[in-house]
Amino acid sequence: MKTDWKPLMQRVSSEMIKSIVVSLWFVFLTFPLMVMKIRPLDQTIEWRWMNLVYVGVGAFFLSFVWRYLMARKERGSEKDEGDSWQKRIGMKIRSDKRISVSGLIGVGIFVLIFPFLFSSYQTSIMITALMYVMLGLGLNIVVGLAGLLDLGYVAFYAVGAYFYALMNHHFGIGFWAALPFAGGLAAVFGILLGFPVLRLKGDYLAIVTLGFGEIIRLILENWNELSYGPSGIAGISRPGFFGFEFTLQQHTVYLFYIMVALVALTTIVVSRLRNSRIGRAWIALREDEVACQAMGIDKTRTKLTAFALGATWAGFVGCIFAAKTTFINPASFTFMESAMILSIVVLGGMGSIVGVMVGALVLILLPEYLRAFSEYRMLAFGASMVIIMVFRPQGIISGIRQRYEFRKQPQQEVSP
Amino acid sequence: MLKVKNLHSYYGGIHALKSVSLELSQGEIVTLIGANGAGKSTTLMSICGIVPPRYGEIFFMGQPIHHMSPDKIFALGIVQVPEGRRIFADLTVTENLDMGAYLRNDKAGIRKDMEYIFNLFPRLAERRRQLGGTLSGGEQQMLAISRGLMSRPKLLLLDEPSLGLAPVLVQLIFETIQKINQENKTTIFLVEQNANMSLRIAHRGYVMESGVIALEDTAANLLKSEKVKAAYLGL
Repeated sequence: MKTDWKPLMQRVSSEMIKSIVVSLWFVFLTFPLMVMKIRPLDQTIEWRWMNLVYVGVGAFFLSFVWRYLMARKERGSEKDEGDSWQKRIGMKIRSDKRISVSGLIGVGIFVLIFPFLFSSYQTSIMITALMYVMLGLGLNIVVGLAGLLDLGYVAFYAVGAYFYALMNHHFGIGFWAALPFAGGLAAVFGILLGFPVLRLKGDYLAIVTLGFGEIIRLILENWNELSYGPSGIAGISRPGFFGFEFTLQQHTVYLFYIMVALVALTTIVVSRLRNSRIGRAWIALREDEVACQAMGIDKTRTKLTAFALGATWAGFVGCIFAAKTTFINPASFTFMESAMILSIVVLGGMGSIVGVMVGALVLILLPEYLRAFSEYRMLAFGASMVIIMVFRPQGIISGIRQRYEFRKQPQQEVSP
Repeated sequence: MLKVKNLHSYYGGIHALKSVSLELSQGEIVTLIGANGAGKSTTLMSICGIVPPRYGEIFFMGQPIHHMSPDKIFALGIVQVPEGRRIFADLTVTENLDMGAYLRNDKAGIRKDMEYIFNLFPRLAERRRQLGGTLSGGEQQMLAISRGLMSRPKLLLLDEPSLGLAPVLVQLIFETIQKINQENKTTIFLVEQNANMSLRIAHRGYVMESGVIALEDTAANLLKSEKVKAAYLGL
């Protein structure tokens, strides 16, 4: 086998030149920050020329690696996608019952003994991650399946949390009694939001839902008589267990198991929904509204069920959040939360249940474990989000639908 | 069977239909021909309620339907096969057909109808597990018509089924339309730009010009009419 080196060398040298340009640009951009250091006391400027070299060399290598990866990605997409290793593994897991069942049992056992393996701090982080798994799965109904971009999802989360907090504060109602009603009330709010936005699509819908999220937060912040304003509500009861008195640590473990059970329930319900008649109607509505209407699908009802069923889970999680932190105020329900949940759905893979789970675990756990990088933590977090989106725009695990694949029959049986 | 009286519809701000009146009898193929923007598609959209009419009345088997929502009208048996096929690209052929039977609950009947469709279009049977978006234009049109048939419509509204298809396929589609009409006694309202083909299979025809019905006659007479020949048949 003979390789023609000439085009490759040309390619490499042109990439080199581009990378040099990038590094020069970075040197220029970071010059005032990295090179000049002003000492106001003795009114001198220190010139740190070595930093300039570091930035230049660093940017050059990073850009070169970046270009190499991008080129590889482009070449990869030209190839038949059926051959990619991710897909093959996915197919293998799905086709082989043994692997999937034993994998599921393994994960199940790991989850069940998790609180005994790790510290209470780790368990607490995991509870938060599981809460976001549930939020992600709920939003996935609205965004991933029905294709309605909802930027105000946090509003339903707030409704659930405040419902439990207020009920507990005023009437001493317990967690278990409040939980189903928190979900129900959130569903009602979902329908309330749904009605005015039925006609809207895409960007317009996103803006209105964003406004809705802000309205709920502003009401909570300003209606002092109801919500106690920015000072919030403290002293909310933790979940009870037949009148047992738990220590704080035991409470964390207990809440962890509640979360695991609820995530399992959510997963089952959402996956059943996705393959049901209404789930198919959501997917169809996402794809083509006119065709849906021509099929006799009630557009209004289908969209409203998506909003209501999506909001329900946020209501549940809100209730749990209030019970977990025992204190809530409007600052917990900002647009950042909505953006976070949406990122979980998009990064994890729209429409995919496993994808959303992985997305939530990555996005919630990553900032925690990146604490080692202290002030660069959010920078690294942002960079990892960018990298995931560049290299896997369909999300970490893309939505899997049953597909018919056209495969070429192997030409010969002779071993290579 | 279907009676449209003095229908006025607006498409956005445009007065698209200016007093349109039509009538269809049981078992007929009626075609509506006309140039781009004449209001043909708006007529269909108004009948099935997606573009609700501003004034005028529509009766289906004696029942007023002009105030009904699209899903209610669909449930009465008026089914539209929309222009540009609009099949669900991310669903398989079978799932697309299932969507057509969205309001039906009789599994055995659905399976029987699916077999009927796979007999009607053997190409679809070959591709039943393939995603709708990966079908060719002709196959997508077959699927769109089949999806419409899955609800056992009494009245099938076809919007430009020949759009963008090769002549051989146009021939096949029109033959199938005729077959559906004969075998199931389905009334068919066919909106077409391909006046020649549609007048050949239709019993009667309407000619539409900028929002009004300009001519109305039997298909055979329209084919012979000098005006239609000059304007739509290119003779």
